[in-house]
Amino acid sequence: MTNHSATASPVYSDTTVRLFSLVAVVYGIVGMLVGVIIAAQLAWPELNLGIPWLSYGRLRPLHTNAVIFAFGGSVLFATSYHVVQRTCQTRLFMPGLAMFTFLGWNLIIVLAVITLPLGITTGKEYAELEWPIDLLIAVVWVAYAVVFFGTVGTRKIRHIYVANWFFGAFIIAVALLHIVNSAEIPVTLTKSYSAYAGVQDAMVQWWYGHNAVGFFLTAGFLGIMYYYIPKQAERPVYSYRLSIVHFWALIFTYMWAGPHHLHYTALPDWAQSIGMIFSLVLLAPSWGGMINGIMTLSGAWNKLRDDPILKFLIVSLSFYGMSTFEGPMMSIKTVNALSHYTDWTVGHVHSGALGWVGLISMGALYHIIPRMFGRKQMYSTKAIELHFWIATIGIVLYIAAMWIAGVMQGLMWRAVNPDGTLVYSFVESVKATYPFYVIRVGGGLLYLVGMLIMGWNTVMTVLNGKAVTTSIPVVHAHA
Amino acid sequence: MEILYLLIPMSAVLVLIILGVFGWAVHKGQYDDIEREGERILEADSGAVDTDQSQRIRSIKQSAR
Repeated sequence: MTNHSATASPVYSDTTVRLFSLVAVVYGIVGMLVGVIIAAQLAWPELNLGIPWLSYGRLRPLHTNAVIFAFGGSVLFATSYHVVQRTCQTRLFMPGLAMFTFLGWNLIIVLAVITLPLGITTGKEYAELEWPIDLLIAVVWVAYAVVFFGTVGTRKIRHIYVANWFFGAFIIAVALLHIVNSAEIPVTLTKSYSAYAGVQDAMVQWWYGHNAVGFFLTAGFLGIMYYYIPKQAERPVYSYRLSIVHFWALIFTYMWAGPHHLHYTALPDWAQSIGMIFSLVLLAPSWGGMINGIMTLSGAWNKLRDDPILKFLIVSLSFYGMSTFEGPMMSIKTVNALSHYTDWTVGHVHSGALGWVGLISMGALYHIIPRMFGRKQMYSTKAIELHFWIATIGIVLYIAAMWIAGVMQGLMWRAVNPDGTLVYSFVESVKATYPFYVIRVGGGLLYLVGMLIMGWNTVMTVLNGKAVTTSIPVVHAHA
Repeated sequence: MEILYLLIPMSAVLVLIILGVFGWAVHKGQYDDIEREGERILEADSGAVDTDQSQRIRSIKQSAR
């Protein structure tokens, strides 16, 4: 990359990349802070201070929306706009519309921060925002699709790089999921009812919920993985062929796995079994992708020792491998009979969220931010190293505590005396969970401290750099 | 479970669309010379990029014959 200050050569449109990567850091800090607060409320319920706006039930959706859609969403916008321009060697299609997606997405986040603590919610998990905000999401998302696919359509390179396939599938799938699941009938400005009822609504909700994880938190971030790991390691992906197989296998199977969220419910048994089988099938492409990403470092493992950004990227993949093994295992009905409704599920989600999505996002941001501000690297590489270790220890504390708590809860709830009565009352299992809730607060706190270090490092990088434009390499028709 | 009358056909249509896009990608030569594409993102700085590699590949194949 060469930096030009006063030349007429075409440059990449990086303003939105810059803005989205900065707000991602801010939203990461806010979302994780709310997470630590609600984790503390589970251990010490008095911490809701008797104020309804700070009660667990209202802050929990604020936490999930902040980390998934504000932090994760901003990372996805920033990286997809960055990757699609570099791999297509062309400017963003309609940069003005890209700026609209930035403003619109941030407006949505502000509205979420206002409405959720007020208790304005549809009550559908990960789709809590009420109908006017849902409409706004749909508009912004269509604009996003126009910008992204417009850029792919005007590419200067014939081949569409695999990362763009993942980003493209993520954008289309999320549009479809959002529109179908958010079908609702407005009553007032702040209240609507779902278009579906009862078990039908549950099925649509978990078709959405599972695929939101599959496409928002997996496919999108796999796009990040397939660009930033090769770039940071300065080596091509281990097998490009395997990455193509990974993509097609994943999107063919993902859509069918949703019913595993509804084991032992009113959902027909055969639908539950289909969900379980497709969940098991998913292990294959997931592990293929994980191995492909990690093996990119094959023959250059020393880079992992010296480069903390690569540590973020590669360790995130090992958490991806862990949670994509754990997920299919938990979807097996007999395992699910033990794990469902326990904190094991919470631990599983967070090994994916903190370990996979969080770490790969941070690694990608550490790669982008200095380049967006005319620096070779972040202000402090030592601080990246420190962030990595604090975050990793935090994750291990968090998920280990939740595993133990979850299995314990499952065993306590199913324990019966010889006469058929329950051995433990529910509150006894809550009491037994207390020490693990405290450990979880500790793990979450460490993860938040790591994010604060990243915030400081980002501020120092921006203050000591300046926004630069990057010119697009000259394209020769026949090299 | 009337909802399955919506979700299953929709998922099936989606699979057909995915198949169609996959067919497009294969027939358009997206996957010719595939391992080369993995290396291209690392060379972006050099600026030398072949926009129409399908022609190049065809000419290589013809000269091989």
